[in-house]
Amino acid sequence: MQRVYVYKKFERFWHWSQALLIFFLALTGFEVNDSIHLFGFEKAVLYHRVASWLLLGLIVFSVFWHVTTGEWRQYIPTFSKLSAQIKYYTYGMFKGEPHPTHKTARKKLNPLQAVTYLGFKLVMAPLIIVTGLLYMFHRSIDANNMVIVSDIPLELVAYLHTLGAYLILLFAIIHIYMTTTGITPLSNLKAMLTGYEDLEETSDDNSNDTTNNTII
Amino acid sequence: MKQVILPIVFSTIFIILVIHLFYHPEIPNLGEMQLKQKYAVKHTSSVDHSKFEQLKNDFETPQEVTEACISCHNQRHTEVMASNHWNWERLSYVEGRGIERVGKQNVINNYCIGANTNEQSCAKCHIGFGMNSNQFDFNNYRNVDCMVCHDNSEEYIKGASAAGYPDRSVNLQKVAQSVGRPGNFNCGACHFYSGGGNNVKHGDLEDALMSCNRDVDVHMAANGMNMICVDCHTADKHQIKGKLYSVSSSHENRLTCDECHTSTPHFNRILDVHTASVACQTCHIPTYAKVNATKMSWHWSDAGRLKEGKPFHEVDSSGNETYLSIKGSFRWEKNVEPEYFWFNGHATHYILGDTVNGIPVKVNELLGSADDGESKIYPVKVHRGDQIYDPNTNMLIQPKLWAPNRGDSAYWKDFNWHDAAMAGMKGVGLPYSGEYDFIETLMFWPVNHMVATKDKALSCDECHVRENGRLASLPGFYLPGRDSNKGLSFFGQLLLIGALAAVFLHASVRFVVAIKKKEIVSEDITKNH
Repeated sequence: MQRVYVYKKFERFWHWSQALLIFFLALTGFEVNDSIHLFGFEKAVLYHRVASWLLLGLIVFSVFWHVTTGEWRQYIPTFSKLSAQIKYYTYGMFKGEPHPTHKTARKKLNPLQAVTYLGFKLVMAPLIIVTGLLYMFHRSIDANNMVIVSDIPLELVAYLHTLGAYLILLFAIIHIYMTTTGITPLSNLKAMLTGYEDLEETSDDNSNDTTNNTII
Repeated sequence: MKQVILPIVFSTIFIILVIHLFYHPEIPNLGEMQLKQKYAVKHTSSVDHSKFEQLKNDFETPQEVTEACISCHNQRHTEVMASNHWNWERLSYVEGRGIERVGKQNVINNYCIGANTNEQSCAKCHIGFGMNSNQFDFNNYRNVDCMVCHDNSEEYIKGASAAGYPDRSVNLQKVAQSVGRPGNFNCGACHFYSGGGNNVKHGDLEDALMSCNRDVDVHMAANGMNMICVDCHTADKHQIKGKLYSVSSSHENRLTCDECHTSTPHFNRILDVHTASVACQTCHIPTYAKVNATKMSWHWSDAGRLKEGKPFHEVDSSGNETYLSIKGSFRWEKNVEPEYFWFNGHATHYILGDTVNGIPVKVNELLGSADDGESKIYPVKVHRGDQIYDPNTNMLIQPKLWAPNRGDSAYWKDFNWHDAAMAGMKGVGLPYSGEYDFIETLMFWPVNHMVATKDKALSCDECHVRENGRLASLPGFYLPGRDSNKGLSFFGQLLLIGALAAVFLHASVRFVVAIKKKEIVSEDITKNH
């Protein structure tokens, strides 16, 4: 075992503030949808808007960070060990089999994670962001008599936005649970809080790096 | 260094955000202040009519007063005679009908039904003298009643069933010398008491507005801006701005709040975008009939019950008549929540001679829909009742209700529907089969007055709520908070519950496996021992 600095400071800030915002947006959003009652409709709308702008700002920063640090490559899906990973979670881990893949600072995500997070970033996030912006600017005539968005029915926009919310919550539930499947149930959580994680020293660590490099 | 700067940056952002979210200092509303200043200065007359020689005569007839008026205001009568207050009709393009003359002369209402054959009594609210039949000469300027609108002595009243002539008690000379800008007394004489009593028809126009507080109406409050009717209902050449769709049908010369308040009066963008599809009145008039009750229903079919051969009336605990032998039964309500409709400023009416198409009959109908681009959501008083109609011709019947004496076919004297129907329909030149029945009717009155104070305006969740909201049954649009897709909600909840179940199952298996493993391990340990 080796203590490795896996999650950088910005990465942790981004992860936890995004998590916070997503849950806050879910709360206020489902209040606007009148499924729960917490702040009252008026406040819920206001808070939802403020939180949505914060999230958008955060996303801009995180995209910049991913691009400039090259961390975006973490999400490039690899399919070779995907089925092995699925098999591990559904079967192998009960038998006490070892993880089929090894986590390193260079390769933080297992194949299943990579493809799921990519789905989050390419499907769920765009769905909720685009419909959210359409919702926010949906009106027939705005204060300055400019028609902004009215051709797409608000009904459709709202329903797609709600669908996006359900999908992200689905992701969140499974994501939170999966954090307990690390070396110990809390090791992944600890790592995301402190940045450091005890990782196995694997002989093919270097070779993994080289494969990564060759992909680059 | 980095350790210090980042926390400072983030905490600064956080503090600014919190301040921005929770601290909302009152922004001075300069536009509103300007309006208040404008209406703070009350109108004063520039002339004293009591000094004019022409008005010092002992007027024998009200027509002499009119002639005296015209001797100075020598073209004003032509303006008056071009107005609908005089003509009781207006040339309009009506959707589905074409160009039509529409007004009190040919439409009916859901209260006393119609003026035809009852002119002698109904002309109390005509700005003329001598309308005692439908043969009134609308070209005789001498019969224009200037005083009913311009009397500032508050002594001029029209006589009961006097064909529009003033009451005999009125001192014409005094009234003539006191004329000026119309006050609430003048407008209210007809518009407060129409339908046979205070607040019967409108619900939002009644004599409490003569002197009310800000809770009743922010504009007219005596302890507020103390505005009068004509401050808003201005007139150019005696054509008064504003429409009521009991008799009006087209979207022109309307009076809207945004003419003074603009369409973005809120200092809040989310509220301001509402003005594209929600009329100001919808949020700012949460209830009407705030002081005195208004009639919500009127069933003519109940009329005609007599006690010992004599008509009678019944009143409720508040003194409102709930039954009158001559009129039928009524339901009164106070502090009424309006009903809401999409309305684009156009309306159609049942015009005498139309055949009934559908029950209940809509005596008037507000046009509009969520997607026509023009409509806004308006608060409306819906008046329900029933009226006499002819089941063979399928026409509503204009009955003759009033006559000075018995035996003249008037229902209010003889209590005979058949005779009243015969005389009434003959009077308007329409057929009557000899058979009558009663049919349910509806009438729609947009609510425009009794504007509440800012803090009493509707809150968001009175409409944006899943069930029992104010707009619960308004169709044609997606309303956040009210509308949801059952399929989507079901699917979404299924996803979440499914995920939780899967997670629980997975965790349970892990748990069980872990315990078993421990047992094996401990067994191994004991074996080794």
